[in-house]
Amino acid sequence: MTLLGEFSLWAAVIVGLWCAVISFSGRWNGRPELAATVTRSTHALLFCLLAASLALWQGLISHDFNIEYVAAYTSRNLPPYFIVSAFWAGQKGSLLFWAVVLSLFGSLAQTLTPRRYSDLLPYVAGVTSAVVVFFVGVMVLSANPFDRLAFTPPDGRGLNPQLQNVGMVIHPPMLYLGYISITVPFAFAAAALLSRKLDTGWIHAIRKWTLVSWLFLSIGITLGMWWAYVELGWGGYWAWDPVENASLLPWLTMTAFLHSVMIQEKRGMLKRWNLGLIVGTFLLSIFGTFITRSGVISSVHSFTQSNVGYFFLAFLVIAGTFGFTLLYTRWPLLEAEASLDSVASREAAFLFNNLLFVGIAFSVLWGTLFPILSELVRGNKITVGPPFFNRVNVPLGLLLLGLTGIGPLIAWRKASPENLKRQFFWPVLAGLATLAGLLAAGMRDPYPLMALALAGFVAGTIAQEFQRGTRARMRMHQEPLPIALGRLIGRNRRRYGGYLVHVGMLIYFVAFAGMAFKREQEATLKPGQSVEMRSPFGHTYRFTHLGISQYEALNRIVTAGTIEVTKDGKSDGLITSEKRQHVDSFKRPTFEPSTEVGIRSGLQEDLYVVLAGVVNGTEEAVYRFNLNPLVWWVWFGGMVLVSGGLVTMWPGGGPTIRTRRPAQAGYEVALDGRTGGQADRRADGTAASAV
Amino acid sequence: MKAGHKFLLGAALIVGSVAFLITEGVRETGVYFLTPSELAQKTAQDPSFVENVGFKVGAKVVPGSVRRDAANRRIDFQVSDGVKTYPVTYKGLVPDTFTDADDIEVVVEGRLGRDGVIRATDVLAKCGSRYEAKFGAKKA
Repeated sequence: MTLLGEFSLWAAVIVGLWCAVISFSGRWNGRPELAATVTRSTHALLFCLLAASLALWQGLISHDFNIEYVAAYTSRNLPPYFIVSAFWAGQKGSLLFWAVVLSLFGSLAQTLTPRRYSDLLPYVAGVTSAVVVFFVGVMVLSANPFDRLAFTPPDGRGLNPQLQNVGMVIHPPMLYLGYISITVPFAFAAAALLSRKLDTGWIHAIRKWTLVSWLFLSIGITLGMWWAYVELGWGGYWAWDPVENASLLPWLTMTAFLHSVMIQEKRGMLKRWNLGLIVGTFLLSIFGTFITRSGVISSVHSFTQSNVGYFFLAFLVIAGTFGFTLLYTRWPLLEAEASLDSVASREAAFLFNNLLFVGIAFSVLWGTLFPILSELVRGNKITVGPPFFNRVNVPLGLLLLGLTGIGPLIAWRKASPENLKRQFFWPVLAGLATLAGLLAAGMRDPYPLMALALAGFVAGTIAQEFQRGTRARMRMHQEPLPIALGRLIGRNRRRYGGYLVHVGMLIYFVAFAGMAFKREQEATLKPGQSVEMRSPFGHTYRFTHLGISQYEALNRIVTAGTIEVTKDGKSDGLITSEKRQHVDSFKRPTFEPSTEVGIRSGLQEDLYVVLAGVVNGTEEAVYRFNLNPLVWWVWFGGMVLVSGGLVTMWPGGGPTIRTRRPAQAGYEVALDGRTGGQADRRADGTAASAV
Repeated sequence: MKAGHKFLLGAALIVGSVAFLITEGVRETGVYFLTPSELAQKTAQDPSFVENVGFKVGAKVVPGSVRRDAANRRIDFQVSDGVKTYPVTYKGLVPDTFTDADDIEVVVEGRLGRDGVIRATDVLAKCGSRYEAKFGAKKA
């Protein structure tokens, strides 16, 4: 089977190269059969890579330990679903995973894009194929998953225990899907530049794709936080680790892009900026892959150090040169069709929002690369950590939070004082009320106070939007409340889906603010001894160490410490934390021991118990206890964010066409229900098939 | 044009505060990342470095040097880059990957005491083969 795999990889290189060369040469212009062959070759590419993937899976499932990759990441006693996920657990397999998913997207982009954008498609095929060829090339040249060993070990080494987690089965693919799908918008942008068809067509063609990759990135990042929280055991979910940052960077620029395209659609402004953003986002996704795989910056999440990094660095340079040269040569074609009328306008609010997103992205990039930069420039390696990122990003994030409330409600072109008063009176009051309430409750920390007050303001704006829209529908169509609300969202999916996403972000901000109040305590306890902790919500927890138990499970030897919890004097059940020594099928230890955190999640706070060790084989144990406020809300916020994204993307919520006259924000709701809604739906029918 | 100017002012304000926050952040929170040899060099050049300046040291744990006192959650060990060796003392919990087998690489954050012992405030183990088990005879 490895022969088939290896053969398929080479076939993929040939097909992909052919496609890219013909595509970029432009010889298909005026030759429809050749153009069709170019676009169809993306399907052939997909076929080759599917064959290769099946070959690898076959090796994994049949425990063919003569294949180095299989021996390095699985063992006979590994549960079946982890054997499936071992496909992307290591460097080589994940490169194949990347290539096959990208070729799937490349092929879908060809079949799902509406016919009216068909003159972009051969170029799109060329770009996606070229990127696929790069990944397959890296594999065959330096990281071939089908490499065989000189001997056949009796059992494999097994999967790292920290990867033996359900989150780890879905988190990497989600993040990869996000990273990978960015290639499609990039390919369309490049195609628009190459073909000089620089109207808003390409933006409409990729709207759903950008949302898809944004959504996958969001899910991937949130799952990554969850994994770090339950597996790494340091007590939090975000540590500003280089790899975490690398996943955040394209998300930030993609989010900026999702906002700024609206300005281009409505006003014909920001064309260059948008193209720059999409090229930048693509480069950042490759940069993230580079960081994760090269080992240039040490990180808890990275793969082992390898020379694969050089390939990525080279690719980054080539792709960057390609993208920005194209942009530069087409610069004069990208004149803006309108100019800014007033700073108090939606355009300006969105521009500021974009600057903040890019500013945050820049500071994160800067901090991540600072050890390298400082060594190059000053000869001293200087690192910055979480304190740096928090100092810089908390104030910027708060500004952004404020704009989340202002942007969607302020009028296009120029906001009149009446517009401002009408839109912002109640929300500002809501924000002030939140602030007053918190001050009265005794909260004095400035950043959390600001975060929560701003959240109150933004929540006010969103509630007001829903309330006004629903009331307008109820009045106009005599609909009862639930139907009016449902139809309001259903008929203006892009707008109200967007609000839901904002609600999700609000919840994130509130939850992040909560972590400012976390409590932590370490203790060495004999059985029967206990510690007491007071939570920021005023509860008193007592943790009593009951004892240590040892037993064997499927592929590990477990040492478990059990803690009895009382909350405000009342019994609140048991929490168990484990030390696990993983073993292979011959009971030989594999890997270092790993810790399984005991977590009790609640709406107010999480109890987070880590068994750090046992004193010299006795039942005396070392524990760390954390009270983590509002963590549950991070996962909930993620769900709201994702459902908002899904509403926005649902077929029917397509792009509003540009000819719609710019309306005063406040009246748009009513218009959407009738005339505007009609236009929306017409445009949607065609664009809906983009994904 | 007036709106454009106002916008540029706002944009400059944002860009300026990003730049300010970054430079301030680096100045206030940046920490030297040194090897033991570089640390020795620094302290030789600038004696005030001892006790006053925080830094991170990236080095390997000297095999067999780890002394754990679990009951007091204290750990003593030595780090070395093959040229210079420093003793480290740390009170707190170390990650699972921290052992004295197999030349584990660690990053120790802290300050150097007058007695030549690094008082660590944080210890990170960065296992080079993080997600891959060691594999004896790889294909040549």
